[in-house]
Formats: sequence, structure tokens, C-alpha cells
Amino acid sequence: MTELLIASIMTMMTAATPLVFAATGELVAERSGVLNLGVEGMMLTGAVFGFAAVTLTGEPLIGLAAAIVMGALASMIFGVLTLSLLSNQVATGLALTIFGTGLSALVGLDYVGKTIEQIRAIHLPILTDLPIVGRLLFGHDPLVYVSIALLGATHWFLKHTRWGMILRAVGDSDQSAHAIGYPVIAIRYAAVAFGGAMAGLGGAYLSLVYTPLWAENMTAGRGWIALALVVFASWRPSRVLLGAVLFGGITILQLNAQAAGLGIPASFMSMLPYIATIVVLVLISRDSTRIRLNAPACLGKPFRAER
Amino acid sequence: MIKLTAIALASALALTTGTASADKLKVGFIYLGPPGDHGWTYAHDQGRLALEKELGDQVQTTYVENVPEGPDSERAIAKLAETGHELIFTTSFGYMEPTLKVAKRFPNVKFEHATGYQRSDNVSTYVARFYEGRYVQGVIAGKVSKSNTVGYIASFPIPEVVRGINAFLLGAHSVNPDIKLKVVWVYTWFDPPKEADAAKVLMDQGADIITQHTDSTAALQAAAERGVHAFGQASDMIHFAPKTQLTANVNNWGPYYVARAKAVLDGTWSSSDTWDGMAEGMVVMAPFTNMTADVAELAAKTAESIRTGALHPFAGPISNQAGEVVVPAGAVADDGMLAGMNFYVEGVDDKLPQ
Repeated sequence: MTELLIASIMTMMTAATPLVFAATGELVAERSGVLNLGVEGMMLTGAVFGFAAVTLTGEPLIGLAAAIVMGALASMIFGVLTLSLLSNQVATGLALTIFGTGLSALVGLDYVGKTIEQIRAIHLPILTDLPIVGRLLFGHDPLVYVSIALLGATHWFLKHTRWGMILRAVGDSDQSAHAIGYPVIAIRYAAVAFGGAMAGLGGAYLSLVYTPLWAENMTAGRGWIALALVVFASWRPSRVLLGAVLFGGITILQLNAQAAGLGIPASFMSMLPYIATIVVLVLISRDSTRIRLNAPACLGKPFRAER
Repeated sequence: MIKLTAIALASALALTTGTASADKLKVGFIYLGPPGDHGWTYAHDQGRLALEKELGDQVQTTYVENVPEGPDSERAIAKLAETGHELIFTTSFGYMEPTLKVAKRFPNVKFEHATGYQRSDNVSTYVARFYEGRYVQGVIAGKVSKSNTVGYIASFPIPEVVRGINAFLLGAHSVNPDIKLKVVWVYTWFDPPKEADAAKVLMDQGADIITQHTDSTAALQAAAERGVHAFGQASDMIHFAPKTQLTANVNNWGPYYVARAKAVLDGTWSSSDTWDGMAEGMVVMAPFTNMTADVAELAAKTAESIRTGALHPFAGPISNQAGEVVVPAGAVADDGMLAGMNFYVEGVDDKLPQ
């Protein structure tokens, strides 16, 4: 029984990792006031370019680097359109999703059916062999640890550094930040690029570690779950990990329930992440105070300097 | 995805209409996934290539990949029919209604629908007796498994999939009555991360052999990562799991495609229902690997007996989960029961979704 529990938690952590990457990036972007709905497209872009890079060079690190760069570039398309040309953020984000999906499918045509060396789980000599905690703490693949580290770094950055505070200020009141003299547009560009890079990394995790394959549309909606996750976490990094494990784990739980013979309908369990998000949205929108305390006030509004 | 099929369709049509080949028979193929899935669609594409090789001077083939089942497929099929294709193969169960609809609009075009059960004057159906291969897989699993638990990744609860599960279990029980089958329904034919998830979950729950009724190599690879044996599906996937694939159910569509194209060329084509198996060479087992010699020998003997008809996977006595005898001793399940199979045989550890 403990063996099954440990194994399930391990699998849930790997399922959560792409969500942690994408949600962390999107959280930073949204905290700066930019609503980038193109997460799915950026994840797929990262996945295909990461996979292509590894197929061509054989080096996982180059693959990850390629994914980060291409994810950031994809988000820059969104950035230019919404931050410099002031287009509607929601529509542009959706367009980026569709664009990313199509572009990745086109680029990936040559790579369907190819396979690569998977990035393997680590194995530390004594630590991993400890009973119970050994594998749970020390037996994941490196990117799981990277995702948690990045999440922690983002939390620390937003809460305890000056530039983190400035980024939050830009998201909560862009006119005031501009009046004080901070470069609002530049900060938002940086945040969007970070969001794109992380989404790309999340996508690369899928195609390099999760299944060493490329298949069209392989993110299968995880980008949307990451967006829901940011809301579920009330734009706070501390709740992202919990939400990611829950949301990512729902699929694993549902499969486990099936394999164990329990009769819960699969569709019901797939609905749960979205129901949870709606519940959270309702709760945090209960009164205007709560809304103000949670969502970045300028989320989704284009910034036009008033002087 | 719509974009891609549109691009693919446009370029395919450009290619076909560009060449001056009014005498060549145009044959179209609608694929559910990409030929690169190295599974279901790959096998169909191999069949298409065999057709081109055999009748290349008389036949010209086109294919459209990644066509989702449902209303969009009607558009794709109709496009092929509109552009001079006289024989169209639609290679997935979910294309059934769209194929029939388009067939009504184009009575001079001949359609071949794979794994379906509805026909009309210009629609034939064809399917392979995959369950024969599943029986052999079950025999191997019964001998190779140490934990006596086999993980089965199933796609949709249609008779074809249920047949496969039943045949597998019957084969396994014929050599090892203690084998248990854990079934997980993923409700997709092709979704590599989900298939990998399903494989991981089954292994977490103690399965030491994985088999699948989905189209990609992801589950096989997830199993290989943990050193767990698995079976390839629809094509030989040994390249993806050289140390752990036991064998694969290989679908050999080439000879059927050649025969049907010839029938159209001769003018002898008529709507038919073809259900061929090992005997006719439509189902072939990939080489038996990663097992001991005696198991390989047993597997080969079983396959041979099925091929010659000496052994029928669904030979009685067979009881269903409720304990009722559905096939009495001495008889075999007839094609009607097989085609509409919607019950589990005794011993499957799962409730069949309705």
C-alpha cells in the first residue's frame, strides 16, 4: 500500500511539473498586469523546438535552452502586439495559442515518430535509497527540482526584492508606477518574456522527459489548466505548487481509481480542476475588498501613459 | 490542427491535380493520426506504400493525416471525393457516419471503412481479426509475468476493444489461470502523454506487463523506462523498446488494399465485409523477443494453430462476468457474437463502461 502511495505521489509530481513551470511564468506576467492567454501555444512551441534540438544535437541541455528561447520569442510576438501596439490582450493571447499550436504542428512534422534518450531520474548514492522519503525527496528527474526551485525563487523575488515590488506595483497601478518613473512597458516586456520562457520549458518537459516523443497538440490543454492554476493560487506562488499537484494529479488519480476498480466516471474527475477554479473565483470575488486584495488591479488593461 | 490538415490537403491536391494522369486510379486515404505514430496509422501507411509499389503504374495515392473523428472528417472525405478519387479508405471507427454520408452524395466513388459495421452500396467495411494476435499476446503474458498482473490500456468501450481484452485474458488463462487483468480506459486513440500516464499508473499498481489498444509508442516507452515488458500495437515497435518489447500485433493491410484497388480497376468491386486474420496474413506477429526460447516456441506454435484454424481464441466453454455460459463447450463464438461483443469474460477485474 505504501509502495503504491509513494509511486502515485512520484507520478503526480511529474504530472505537476509542466504545470508548475507554465503557471510560474504566467503568474509573473499576470502580476505585472498582462493577461497572456497564449500559454498553450507557447508550451507547444517549447515542446517542439526542444524536441527538435535534442533530436539534432543529442544534448538535453541544448534542447531545454532551445525551448526557453523559442518560448520567449513566441511570447514576444504577443508582447509587441499588446504592449507596443496596444491590441486587446485576450484576443491576442488566444491568437497566440492558435498560432503556437499550428506552428508547432508544422515544425514537428519531421519529428513525429522519432525518439530520443529520455532525461532520467536522479539517483543519489545513499539518499535515494532511504525508505519512503528517499525516492520522494531524492528520486525525481532534475527538472522537477528545477521547477520547485524556480517557483521558490519567483516567490522570493516578488515578495522580498525591490524589483519584485516594482513589478507588482506595475501590475496593481501602472499609472502610479509610471508617475514615479518606472519603465512600465519595459518591465511588462520582461515579465511576458519570462512567462514565455517558462511556458516553453514546461512544454519541453513534456516532450523530453514525460514522453520522449513529439505528437501534435501533445500538451492537450495543460496550458489552460496552468491559466486556471494561477487564478486558483490567487496569484501567489506559494499556492501554485499545491494547485499543480492537485490539478496534475487529478488525471493520475482518475487513472489510478480506474485501475483499482473504483467506479468513479473519468469525465467527472477531469472536470474537477475547472470546478475548483470556478469555486475559487467565486470566493475571491465575494466582495470588492477581496477582489482588490487578490487580482492585480491592472490585469488585462493596456497601458497608455497619461502624460 | 485544422490548419495543418488544410495545408496538407491543399498540397496533396496540388500534387495530384498537377500531374497529368487521367488514366491512373486515384486512391485516397484518411488517417486518424500521423504515419509517424509508428502504430495504427503507420500500418495503414505501409499498406498504402505497398499498394503504390504493386500497382504504381495504374494507381496514384493521396493521404490526409490527423483528421479528427466527427463532423470535420466529413469535410475531409468529401474533399477527396470531389477531386477525382475513386477509391477512398477511411481508417478509423469514428469515420463511420461521415463516410456513409459522403458515400450517399457520391454514388460513383467507392469507400472502404476500417473497423466499422455499417455498409451501403458503395461502402465496404474491413477489419482484421486483431483478437487472434491478442490471444497469442495473452499466452506470452501468462508465461512471462511474475506478478501475475497485466496492465491493459484500453481506448473506447467498443466491441473491437472489448474483444481484444477478452481474447487476451482467454489466452493468458489458457497457460496461467492466476493472471489478473487491470484495465484503464483513456478515451482516446492517440494521446502520448495520457498513454504514458496510464502505463505508469498500471505499473504503480503492480502490473509487470503492459499492453495497449492505443496508437502511439508512449506506453511502451514508459514501460521500457522502468524495464517492464510490453507489447507493441499495430506495428512492430521494437525500435522504441529494444530490450522490453515481447512482440507486437502487426496489421498487414497491404494485400487487402492491393486486392481492392485491383477490383476497382477490373470493375469487379462490390460492397463487402472483410474480416481476415492470421490465416489470410492480415494479422502478423512481430518477432518474439526478450523472452526465453520455450515461451517463444509456445507463442509461435499458438500463432500457427490459430493461422491454420486448429485453435480458435473464442472456443467454448466461455462464461461472462455474471457466470452465465455464453459459448458452450465444443462450440466457438460466431462472428455475430464477436462483432457485437459488449461483455467481459469471467476474470476481468473491471466493470465495462456503458
